[in-house]
Amino acid sequence: MSPLNITKGSTSHSAYDLRDPNAEVIETHTLAVLVDNEAGVLARVIGLFSGRGYNIDSLTVAEVDHTGHRSRITVVTTGTPQVIDQIKAQLGRMVPVHEVHDLTVDGPAVQRELALFKVAGKGDARIEALRLAEIFRANVVDSTLESFVFEITGTPEKIDAFAELMRPLGLREMARTGVAALARGA
Amino acid sequence: MTNVMSGARMVVQALKDQGVEVVFGYPGGAVLPIYDEIFQQNDIRHILVRHEQGAVHAAEGYARSTGKPGVVLVTSGPGATNAVTGLVDALMDSIPLVVLTGQVPTFMIGTDGFQEADTVGITRPCTKHNWLVKDTAKLSETIHQAFHVATHGRPGPVLIDIPKDVQFATAEYTPMQKAKVSHYQPKVKGDIEAITRMVELMETAERPIFYTGGGVINSGPAASQLLREFVAATDFPITSTLMGLGAYPASGKNWLGMLGMHGLYEANLAMHGCDLMINIGARFDDRITGRIKDFSPGSRKVHVDIDASSLNKVIRVDVPILGDVGHVLEDALRLWKARGRKVNKAGLAKWWKQIEEWRAVRCLTFTNSSKVIKPQHALQRLEALTKGMDRYITTEVGQHQMWAAQFLGFEDPNRWMTSGGLGTMGYGLPASVGVQVAHPDALVINVAGEASWLMNMQEMGTAMQFRLPVKQFILNNERLGMVRQWQELLHGERYSQSWSEALPDFVKLAEAFGCKGLKVSDPADLDDAIMEMIRYDGPVIFDCLVEKHENCFPMIPSGKPHNEMLLGDADTQGVIGAKGAVLV
Ligand SMILES: Cc1ncc(C[n+]2csc(CCOP(=O)(O)OP(=O)(O)O)c2C)c(N)n1
Ligand SMILES: [Mg+2]
Repeated sequence: MSPLNITKGSTSHSAYDLRDPNAEVIETHTLAVLVDNEAGVLARVIGLFSGRGYNIDSLTVAEVDHTGHRSRITVVTTGTPQVIDQIKAQLGRMVPVHEVHDLTVDGPAVQRELALFKVAGKGDARIEALRLAEIFRANVVDSTLESFVFEITGTPEKIDAFAELMRPLGLREMARTGVAALARGA
Repeated sequence: MTNVMSGARMVVQALKDQGVEVVFGYPGGAVLPIYDEIFQQNDIRHILVRHEQGAVHAAEGYARSTGKPGVVLVTSGPGATNAVTGLVDALMDSIPLVVLTGQVPTFMIGTDGFQEADTVGITRPCTKHNWLVKDTAKLSETIHQAFHVATHGRPGPVLIDIPKDVQFATAEYTPMQKAKVSHYQPKVKGDIEAITRMVELMETAERPIFYTGGGVINSGPAASQLLREFVAATDFPITSTLMGLGAYPASGKNWLGMLGMHGLYEANLAMHGCDLMINIGARFDDRITGRIKDFSPGSRKVHVDIDASSLNKVIRVDVPILGDVGHVLEDALRLWKARGRKVNKAGLAKWWKQIEEWRAVRCLTFTNSSKVIKPQHALQRLEALTKGMDRYITTEVGQHQMWAAQFLGFEDPNRWMTSGGLGTMGYGLPASVGVQVAHPDALVINVAGEASWLMNMQEMGTAMQFRLPVKQFILNNERLGMVRQWQELLHGERYSQSWSEALPDFVKLAEAFGCKGLKVSDPADLDDAIMEMIRYDGPVIFDCLVEKHENCFPMIPSGKPHNEMLLGDADTQGVIGAKGAVLV
């Protein structure tokens, strides 16, 4: 039987192109959602996730088109393939949602997150923290004689790795922005 | 020419421009300016309900029986919160409504002002979309957008929250034609490749079945017409959900009856045994599928739906088709004809033979009685005595609702109004009010249970005030019958709180409202009483005392597959395990 190639509007697969329905694999997907920047739109999106029991690993939102009043919501979520498809369809049918892109399946994408780390320490620990920050290309954005605030940008994994290294060196506090992502290429 | 007016006047103007003839509502402080405008015009009729929930259900009845959106106007705070059940009901059953709520003035929002509630916050998950309008200049355009959203794509309720100062302030009115109906333009044409695939499957299937739902009704009368033509031309059997009754006529020869938890034996077994399931505008609700794992295990499945999130939500299908039912049916029928009107004749003949065997079980058979009125018998008589009349039926929720679906026949769409997805007791009486407003000369009957009916019985006052001759046909078993049935089958016959104690005398209640009351308990008097109800020119409360312990069969217990159906009391011993009991 020839595979069906249904593109517009319908979900991406048919029985002739099905992922194994019994494989309860949990996948992580990064979705970019372009929405009207109107009151309550973020509450709507978040309410959808909580109301239907979907996961949010990370969520960022900001206006990206001032004249068109558009915001871009980047949400990292996990679920079975069927749940991920549901999330996209549920987002897609919301009235203020213009586009939903699944950056995980649409092709290669870049993901970045910014984080601030407050590390306090003296002596060797302090020197070691600074040395590691250099390796990770973290910037010092504040310093006292007993502390640094580092600013680091990278993939969530890189930031996780940096956090692990800073923990024994006096990590006090950390703030992360959540993921921003764009597809590669033009 | 400028067209500057107050926000309140804009509301009325926008409703007129949208062709609205009736508004169901209830006034209060935060909507007084709008009520003042309603007072000063004659184009729009206002139906004063007795409770805001009644206003929303009445608007639903109006919408479902006309295909037009229903309009509701209520005040802030308690007015809005009282409307919430109706909003969710309309959301679950995809009924187009535009609900206008008053709000405290913008400068008081967030101060816990008198009758302030976060209406858009509360109703966000209860509506298809909602708006808080803080600027009079945007009000008229928002109302036009609201009508667009409510009626395009999968229909649903929308809400506009209008602060009182926005109603008083003036601005330029945006006419309907100039309103940006946003980017919201859901796709109605189905993918032709997918439709071709559907037609190919139809040409070869040995055991096909049409499984249709409320989407056919929502798509409009043309969709029902196309469906009838398709069924007649292919000779495929057809079943429907509770929401879809009437799209294909109950007297049609291919009709298998309703499917699902209380659906017909032949319909459920055909769904279980088919090799091609063509789902048109239904959503694989859990009342339909039973245990997902065993749902129609041997079939290819086609699913036509206007809502992408319905496709592959619960049941994975082979051919999902996103589009409006009417458009897709039209394309599919045209294509099927152009390809030579092929069906698998030999396969179909065998399939029908099998279906006839299932039909021969006569699953709706019940033991009648000459001493006590059986609810099924009451409905059979109601059906016989009103057949062929210009008739609309609404229902409450419970056993009576399922019996009504089983024993009344619907020949046309938009004639059957029942709360399906939410299962809202208290729906039927206000819905009958809304239907009668839309069809003043028709026979409108609410098939009710006594418990459900009491939930919104205040709406008899509305029926009286507006001379709406709605007939309240109450199958009074003095029980929360459906609850009692589940307790019998699932909870060891421990009938916890499922009695309707201290019931009113319905005849006296009717007299108190100023309408007619009838009470029957002897089967021999039933026909005359029904005729008296029909002939009476005004609202009637009909207290039909029926068998108290009748169970509704067939029944597929929760968590069971279609082929494990209970046909009668003898089948019920110990069938529902602990796992099933967890399900609702
Ligand atoms: C608002 C609401 N509350 C509770 C229920 C649960 N419920 C479903 S059917 C039913 C009993 C209905 O009794 P009645 O209206 O007398 O109908 P019967 O089943 O006896 O025909 C109840 C309590 C519901 N569906 N809706
Ligand atoms: Mg009852």
